[in-house]
Amino acid sequence: MATITSSASLPATRVRASPGERLAPAVFLLPAVLVVLFVSIFPLILSLFLSLSRLRFEAGGLKVQFVALDNYRKLLFGSEQKVLFGTLATPSPIGWVVLAVVALLMLASVYRAIRDARSGRAIAGRVIAAIVLAGLTYLVVASLLAPEGRPGTLVVTMLYVAVGITVQYLLGLGLALLCAQQLPGRRFFRVVFLLPMMITPVGVGYLFRMLADTNKGPLEPLWVALGMQDFAWSNNAWGARIAVMIGDIWQWTPFMFIVLLAAIEGQEVEPVEAAIVDGASNWDIFRHITLPAILPVSTTLILIRMIEAFKIIDLPNILTNGGPGTATETLTLYAYRIWRALDIGGSAAIAYLLLFLVTFFATLYVRTLRGRVSTA
Amino acid sequence: MNLKKFASLAALGAVVLAACAVPPAAAPAQPAQPAQPAQPAEQKPAEPAKKFAGITVNAITFSGPQIAEPMQRRGKEFSEMTGATINVVTVPFADLYQKILNDFATGTNSFDVIVFAPQWMVDYIEPGYLEDLTDRVKADPDIQWEDIGLFFRDFSATYNGRIYTIPLDGDFQMVYYRTDIAKELGLQPPKTWDDYIAFAKAVSEKKLTTDDGKPVYGSCIAKKKAAQSYWMVTSVASAFIQSQGTGQGAFFDLETFKPLYNNEAFARALEIYKETTQYGPPDEINLDVGDTRGLWTAGQCALTIDWGDIGTLAIEEGSKVKDKTGAVILPGSKQVLDRKTGKLVDCTPELCPYAIDGVNHAPFAAFGGWSGAINKASKPEVKDAAFAYLSYMNQPAQSNVDVTIGKTGFNPYRISQFKNLDNWIKAGMSEQAAKDYLGAIEASLNSPNMVLDLRIPQNQYYQGIVLDGAIAKFLAGEQDIAATMKEIEDGWEQKTEELGRDKQLAAYKATLGVQK
Repeated sequence: MATITSSASLPATRVRASPGERLAPAVFLLPAVLVVLFVSIFPLILSLFLSLSRLRFEAGGLKVQFVALDNYRKLLFGSEQKVLFGTLATPSPIGWVVLAVVALLMLASVYRAIRDARSGRAIAGRVIAAIVLAGLTYLVVASLLAPEGRPGTLVVTMLYVAVGITVQYLLGLGLALLCAQQLPGRRFFRVVFLLPMMITPVGVGYLFRMLADTNKGPLEPLWVALGMQDFAWSNNAWGARIAVMIGDIWQWTPFMFIVLLAAIEGQEVEPVEAAIVDGASNWDIFRHITLPAILPVSTTLILIRMIEAFKIIDLPNILTNGGPGTATETLTLYAYRIWRALDIGGSAAIAYLLLFLVTFFATLYVRTLRGRVSTA
Repeated sequence: MNLKKFASLAALGAVVLAACAVPPAAAPAQPAQPAQPAQPAEQKPAEPAKKFAGITVNAITFSGPQIAEPMQRRGKEFSEMTGATINVVTVPFADLYQKILNDFATGTNSFDVIVFAPQWMVDYIEPGYLEDLTDRVKADPDIQWEDIGLFFRDFSATYNGRIYTIPLDGDFQMVYYRTDIAKELGLQPPKTWDDYIAFAKAVSEKKLTTDDGKPVYGSCIAKKKAAQSYWMVTSVASAFIQSQGTGQGAFFDLETFKPLYNNEAFARALEIYKETTQYGPPDEINLDVGDTRGLWTAGQCALTIDWGDIGTLAIEEGSKVKDKTGAVILPGSKQVLDRKTGKLVDCTPELCPYAIDGVNHAPFAAFGGWSGAINKASKPEVKDAAFAYLSYMNQPAQSNVDVTIGKTGFNPYRISQFKNLDNWIKAGMSEQAAKDYLGAIEASLNSPNMVLDLRIPQNQYYQGIVLDGAIAKFLAGEQDIAATMKEIEDGWEQKTEELGRDKQLAAYKATLGVQK
């Protein structure tokens, strides 16, 4: 492997670069840096400022009032707390078990970091991660696994992400494995499986809204035949959530499918042929050859989908407007809803909470899998 | 990739880019060039230049098709007459308030005319975004200002004594009932909310069906979250909360500006509101106004709460309820709120001075009627054209026809429209149906106990976010009545503290001083 030669070992006769040559990299990079600053960093800083402010339209323009953490206080401890966290109640026995297991895992994780004599910064990071993860687990358990509990937008968003990505990955992998076989019509199926991804999420929302309408939708005869004409999925919290998840899964499974298909077809043939010669079963080949081969791609794929899935808004907005109640409302839809009433500071605060959540899970995910992927 | 493929892709890319670069059809037109005569000038005398030739007026409203339809249709006529180009942009109702405010506040000023809910006007007038139309109205005899109902002139059009909007629509919520079903089951039109429940229950238990076998529901009320349903619950609550005339107000206490939505009266309204769901379509809490209107004209509802639109939609082609649609003033209550104790008490002549047969009615002027205003930042010549356009739509020759067409979304607001039945009969209403329909609106308009919609700064947050959100959770079973009322009270109080209690109270009192 090539190594970079340190400056100390350079020949003494090295020609000193001209000012133009020294400036060239910076000059070439500057436009890109400026673009990133302008379209990404600047809005990020501005929205942080907005989340600490209250905006009012008055004669002559906007009046911006700095309110420090008031918008966050309203969300986390004030009148919006119930929307964000839901109704928390005493967990069921299963909930307590889940909570205990997660707490033990977190303690073990912190203990390992201390035992391995890591730096103080690493240990602090591990402790913070453990506390946040345990807190989020408590929110899930006390709202979803509690008889009197009700999930808020935070838990509903995490639910969509967890269930959606898991099912999308498994379905996408299954379809990719099927289409990687030398089956008749495989080209046709590849195109068909891709179609949902080509439709806009709003279109998917309306499509599923029509399909789920038991009274006047195109599937009405089917619902009637099943005796479900008096059932309204939108009246039922879990019915509505499942409808949103089905729509999301239907739309995004093709993305998983196409990337995984490329990864499967791009893996080296020789190890597979050698395994067949050695008498390995299909499961063994998948478990020990294919899966490790596609793991790096899978990791990236899930990361991309996870970041995207946290921002889901189209489907719940079109299907249910976040209802019934707040049953299907996600963080982004919640932010959008109060932004429409021009509570821009409150909306920015929700956006920052989402940013924190996505960054936390993405970092946790990457750190957890980094070692495993590199050794796979 | 070979060269041929690359060339094909490049060509495709160029086409896409070119397509993207083409200005949209709705883009403002270029200033008109002098028209090229179709024939040599000596053969045809040149037409006189039209008054607003070359001027483009950009208007915004909600993506109806109601409201947008007459604006586009009348805009076309106006263009032919004056040469101005009327460009109507539509957005979903839930986006309209902030879309307009963002456009004004950021100085984009892409809209010259806004057609909107007049209850939002305070948020647009205070920062100075709207043109004062008082002098223009006075100088325009064609508009026949005195023919417009006093309430619409005063509430929908005026702020602090100055005219800022031109009314295009008159809005009151009423109860509609199926006259044929009432007759068949021996039921009377509901006078109280208890009657409403009894009517809905009787129909529901009878398990009626339409001719094509669809179920007929006892009651259909639009209860969808983040839509227009928060007006519906206010329609139910009004009769329990306000009993001593319009000036009493039905949202806040006039001394403390404390919300009036956490007491026995509102609790009773919530009970009734939720009970109606039992007799409605299975997905009622996900139905918007358009959905319930569709169900009504399909003959699937025996009762509904709505604005005046149902009356005209019922006579449209394809309607199954023509001459079967009756209308009454919003039902009332024999018990009202005692504001000193927060208790629900029986009506007395002192407590309910406007009660009829012991029933306190408080018709709710929900929304106030779509009205048009002009952007103060528009160019003077564009403002002239914009006012002429709004005036044209408002004038009796146009509006008297438009209010009889269901798809316009415009309801009667001119005195002449109530007095002259000919237009209604010509539109397809029977004389009795017209009398019923107009009578219900007139009864609401003339009520001394009419409830005015909330018109204080950021009322959209109070109603569209806090009230709507709490009611949605209540209907979904996420919280009980007490928690719902507390959520509304806390949310309203928090916003009041943010904006300043005294300022909000002053604005509220100013609104209630409106003459009817």
